[in-house]
Amino acid sequence: MGLKVLAAMSGGVDSATAAARAVDAGHEVTGVHLALSSNPQSYRTGARGCCTLEDARDARRAADVIGIPFYVWDLAERFKQDVVDDFVAEYAAGRTPNPCLRCNEKIKFEAVLDRALALGFDAVCTGHYARIDEADGTLRRAVDDGKDQSYVLAVLTRDQIAHAIFPLGDTPKAKVRAEAAQRGLLVADKPDSHDVCFIADGDTQGFLARQLGGAVPGKIVDSDGAVLGSHEGAFGFTVGQRKGLRLDRPAPDGNPRYVLSIEPVSNTVTVGPAAALEVSEITAIRPVWTGCPAPSSPVECSVQLRAHGEVHTCTAELTDDELLIRLHAPARAVAAGQAAVLYEGDTVLGSATISAAS
Amino acid sequence: MSTCPVIYLDHAATTPMLPESIAAMTEELAQFGNPSSLHNAGRRARRVVEESREQIAEVFGARASEVIFTSGGTEADNLAVKGMFWARRAGDPRRTRVLTTAVEHHAVLDSVHWLADAEGATPQWLPVDDCGLVHADSLRAALAAGPDGADSAALVSIMWANNEVGAVHPVAALAAVAHELGVPFHTDAVQAAAQLPVDFAASGVDAMTVTAHKLGGPVGVGALILGRAVAPVPVLHGGGQERDVRSGTLDAPAIRAFAVAAVTSARRRAAEAVRVAALRDDLIRQVLRAVPDAVLNGPPPGPGRLPGNAHFSFPGCEGDALLLLLDARGIACSTGSACTAGVAEPSHVLLAMGADEARARGSLRFSLGHTTTQADVDALGGCIGEAVTRARRAAGSAAR
Repeated sequence: MGLKVLAAMSGGVDSATAAARAVDAGHEVTGVHLALSSNPQSYRTGARGCCTLEDARDARRAADVIGIPFYVWDLAERFKQDVVDDFVAEYAAGRTPNPCLRCNEKIKFEAVLDRALALGFDAVCTGHYARIDEADGTLRRAVDDGKDQSYVLAVLTRDQIAHAIFPLGDTPKAKVRAEAAQRGLLVADKPDSHDVCFIADGDTQGFLARQLGGAVPGKIVDSDGAVLGSHEGAFGFTVGQRKGLRLDRPAPDGNPRYVLSIEPVSNTVTVGPAAALEVSEITAIRPVWTGCPAPSSPVECSVQLRAHGEVHTCTAELTDDELLIRLHAPARAVAAGQAAVLYEGDTVLGSATISAAS
Repeated sequence: MSTCPVIYLDHAATTPMLPESIAAMTEELAQFGNPSSLHNAGRRARRVVEESREQIAEVFGARASEVIFTSGGTEADNLAVKGMFWARRAGDPRRTRVLTTAVEHHAVLDSVHWLADAEGATPQWLPVDDCGLVHADSLRAALAAGPDGADSAALVSIMWANNEVGAVHPVAALAAVAHELGVPFHTDAVQAAAQLPVDFAASGVDAMTVTAHKLGGPVGVGALILGRAVAPVPVLHGGGQERDVRSGTLDAPAIRAFAVAAVTSARRRAAEAVRVAALRDDLIRQVLRAVPDAVLNGPPPGPGRLPGNAHFSFPGCEGDALLLLLDARGIACSTGSACTAGVAEPSHVLLAMGADEARARGSLRFSLGHTTTQADVDALGGCIGEAVTRARRAAGSAAR
């Protein structure tokens, strides 16, 4: 029995193929392109000149080829509030946010899903590379390791996952492209998107400086507090960053130095040797459990600490609402604000936001 | 392929071509010849164009020489507004004011905005009442105001009937006020020409926009009906085919189909207006019965409103959610204007009538026409209630 499915169509090859597969699976599919940025440039009152006009067109043409109804939903306000403003605020607070994760959590599987359910749809379908286990409804990694997006979906609750369809999780990207071409989808050759979608020129530092009202000069110090250089705003740095520090003098031992921490209140960036980046204890907050019940005793599992990052074995322990992750071997460059996603094999157990590491 | 809507309530966007018009067009497409050519084939095509011009002129109460064929309503509006502005200002540099309303079609609105940005024009937006109507007194007051009074006015452009809420403006009275003060008057009669008796000469306007596809003809052809004393500066330059005011090879098949549609729809107009208005009144009854707190926007049904127009605000709904739900049941209607990407915008017409943005966003237009039947109206009446309930739930989910 087919479901009424709303397919989020970005204009890219993945979401187009996913929508087509949902149709093949017998669902009644409606395509929706999410207009996420507003750019009032025309004469019309409140007009949205979408920055992604071409993407909207590509999505519409894909829907035509698949033969499904198509609409554009204006989510620019929600996107700004829940993703862009959050992104800026997180950097300003010295953390390193993942906007794709936030977009999945707040836009695709909250704003869009809620509206879809209210309108009578049963599920939202996207082109994410992840699998949902048919037997137990858990979220699993995609078969294509290189494309796996379970990390940016792990923030979803069980209820959100129960209303999600990811038709591409069992297929390598190359095959998806070939299939799109076979289906006559003109987006088959469209390049993958990589950068933060709302920073068109890829210049995150410049974007943050504009959003936060310009440069705020501050100091770069070592762990002893010795001043090694200056910067134009602590918000521009990420833990583990090596390039672009422009320090006045080399380290005594001649080894490269990395950002160890960012202190937004005093606007101070602390740097040190690679060894000082190593952490073995991570605290994470706001845990979500989808692959198991909230554990009452320590769990042996593995953890991924950033998108496309390495997987570390660990012991995870939940106390109150805080997750303590003890890594079996130290990891480097763990940034607050990123998600710590716990896996058992390729199944997501749960996810939480990193608040501290030592 | 998704099925085409079986219940088409969007005739104001475009109405299906009349079979007579399709027949004329297809027959003419098989012919050839450029109406500007001097040889036999050219003369034949020219004759088709000129006979069509005469028929269209007669339908709209104009002389044949007053019909300037264009590619449609948008081009005719651009030619009238920009062309008349340029010509009038060339005659007297003080004439920089363009008086219009905020409820015009975008073809006029955006032309006026462009004149303001690029040509130093001063737009003056005449107020409309809560039915969307502009009053002659406001025009008189606005013309008299300003630095040099009416001497600083380049032109007045006020639509004959509004495309969204169906308000029919007192065009003859408005044109008379403008003429008293020596200012030329343009009207966009695209919607009116499909449903009302529209008489160019009797109305006294200097320029009037009409288009074929709203009255059963093809898309892509229209006309600016232009008094012979009016000489706008051209927007398109080239062969000067249309009185040196408009250039471009004349599209004989489309022009012939336009004429057939104009003549056919004019012949049926009076009876159709009664039939369609009765269906529209029933549609209003059914919608208000299913959704008691829906608000009918625009003038009350009657001579002040286009017979095929019904426009509602549904409190607590997003118009685009309602449209999606009705579309899924095969019912086609409209939320107003959409940008290139297809994002629904709040109706500028409702905003100008004093509605807040939520009410403007929660609006739908149902427009009836020559193919509309009682079954169409009943189908809408049968599902609008449930659609509104769902759309309200969806809007509630967004208001966290």
